[in-house]
Amino acid sequence: MAGIGGAETPAKKWGWGVLNTVVVIYALLPVLWIVSLSFKSSKTLADGNFIPREWSLENYQNIFSTSEFTRALINSIGIAIIATAIAVVFGTMAAYAIARLDFPGKNLLVGVSLLIAMFPQVSLVSPLFEIERSLGLFDTWPGLILPYITFALPLAIYTLSAFFREIPWELEKAAKMDGATPGQAFRRVIAPLAAPGVFTTAILVFIFCWNDFLFAISLTSTEQSRTVPVALSFFTGSSQFEDPAGSIAAAAVVITIPIILFVLFFQRRIVAGLTSGAVKG
Amino acid sequence: MAEIVLDQVTKRYPDGALAVQEVNLEIADGEFIILVGPSGCGKSTTLNMIAGLEDITDGELRIGGQRVNEKAPKDRDIAMVFQSYALYPHMTVKENMAFPLRLAKVDNATVEKKVKEAAEILDLSQHLDRKPSNLSGGQRQRVAMGRAIVRSPKAFLMDEPLSNLDAKLRVQMRTSVSRLQKQLGTTTVYVTHDQTEAMTLGDRVVVMRGGVVQQIGAPQFLYEQPANLFVAGFIGSPSMNFVPATLENGALRSVIGDVALTDRVRQLIEGADAPREVILGIRPEHFEDASLVEPAKLSAGGKFTSQVDVLESMGSDKYAYFNLTGEQAASAELQELAADAGSDDVPGDGISLVTRLSSASSAVEGASADIWFDADKVQLFDPSNGRNLTYTER
Repeated sequence: MAGIGGAETPAKKWGWGVLNTVVVIYALLPVLWIVSLSFKSSKTLADGNFIPREWSLENYQNIFSTSEFTRALINSIGIAIIATAIAVVFGTMAAYAIARLDFPGKNLLVGVSLLIAMFPQVSLVSPLFEIERSLGLFDTWPGLILPYITFALPLAIYTLSAFFREIPWELEKAAKMDGATPGQAFRRVIAPLAAPGVFTTAILVFIFCWNDFLFAISLTSTEQSRTVPVALSFFTGSSQFEDPAGSIAAAAVVITIPIILFVLFFQRRIVAGLTSGAVKG
Repeated sequence: MAEIVLDQVTKRYPDGALAVQEVNLEIADGEFIILVGPSGCGKSTTLNMIAGLEDITDGELRIGGQRVNEKAPKDRDIAMVFQSYALYPHMTVKENMAFPLRLAKVDNATVEKKVKEAAEILDLSQHLDRKPSNLSGGQRQRVAMGRAIVRSPKAFLMDEPLSNLDAKLRVQMRTSVSRLQKQLGTTTVYVTHDQTEAMTLGDRVVVMRGGVVQQIGAPQFLYEQPANLFVAGFIGSPSMNFVPATLENGALRSVIGDVALTDRVRQLIEGADAPREVILGIRPEHFEDASLVEPAKLSAGGKFTSQVDVLESMGSDKYAYFNLTGEQAASAELQELAADAGSDDVPGDGISLVTRLSSASSAVEGASADIWFDADKVQLFDPSNGRNLTYTER
């Protein structure tokens, strides 16, 4: 560790410490500002104080008082979870095949999935809008889940195949020799070892679906399938003179919570080096 | 337990490369057989075909009298120990060893009992609850063995199981593998590239080269009667010396001295239709310091005088290395052996010779020494095809 920059002098330590602090503050300040805003009452909203002078839960009560936000929250959770589950299941199978098997068209498959990932999404919005309208998918859950899966799959395949490549192939051979069917070998040996990869991928895919705004605003029109990022943009004050910033801040805090929970819940599983000790290391 | 028969077993890869060519091998019940050869000789492929991890292109594999070509590994009832051990990192030692039994749906009590027995045999009892990542190399190796023995399979297959251990531990484990195999009496096929393991472990050794079996036999027989140059050069450490020689009127001329052929050697090469130019092979232990040889024996061998290049005293013996001027013996087999040993790019012309002298020898490094060799122990090879002209089934 110490080899790269030479000896670790106190001055160097301080330098790094200051730099790290600056980066953390830079990253967290807007988040804390939003949190602070969300707890301000409507009167003190624009006073510019970082710490609210008057703490209130008014904004939170507001957003949960109408169905506009709660319904959007349900849509977001449902759509993101379904899309994540499907993308991870298919992604796992595809990634396993790519990492383990040699089949004709393998490079083509990888290439095409990469191409999809690179494709500018905005150029697809209009055709998707037309297609979904004629198929009756417009403003429905599947109408959002399908494009999410399309864009999440390449991501899933990429991350997962890297994880599968890390797992020594001999483990699978060993399982076969120990009397396992291919299914048993996958379920009892490969899957547990790939779990950290699967969870990492799930988090990435979930965040992608959760945060999407472009598809969500283009392919929905009513509360029926509108997700939170879109609902936020439709927030208005009770009159046109009222600033909805407080409600928006509260909603932003609320929708960050699932992401934080998701990461906290799974981070224990994302332990690097789980495969150490399988082979001589 | 069962016998394993390989009948004309061939492996050809889709790109046409021939990995293993018509291997015929009958492994008796309870036999410990070694497949040995340089890397890429097809020994691991052969093992994988027995295991069922690779398809057999041609020929038939029978285990216990039954054709198993089409059977999946799990239906062949054989266990395998991998070079990398391939322990399941998410399972404890106990779960690792119990895994094959769990898959076979053995009841809990039996699993406990069998794992306990295996752990006792392998001295793993106090490590049962640890994960493989917390074990030393030797312990991991033993867990891998344990996983193989718990379900008492028909045969063990071992793919260089000791090559990841350090030298001292390897010698230790070598004896314990041998003991374990005798104790269990299970048919074992063991792959190695290490000729010492091959010599010490097996009942019989199969030497392979380029996918073709060169010779099958007991280690001592292979040592004394190699069928060709390749086996002669591969088996034995330090390896056999090879010197170009000429056969002339019942005499053998070479840089290590001219000798009259002994009756035994003459009879053998007469039957073998020997060419004039041959390669003389002689093992290091068939040399001796000429001053220590009884006068009566002295005439029954050749003699040369040369400067000792390097002298290694092992206590019990002395190894004297010489570098004689002359052309090296040339043949495809010898080149391949040199490449495998990594000595093909070591500079040096002339003939290098290793001799094992008695510890009483007064040879000194840098000084000249008189060296005698036993004419009856020479082996003569045909340089064109590597065939041993003095080979006899005895």
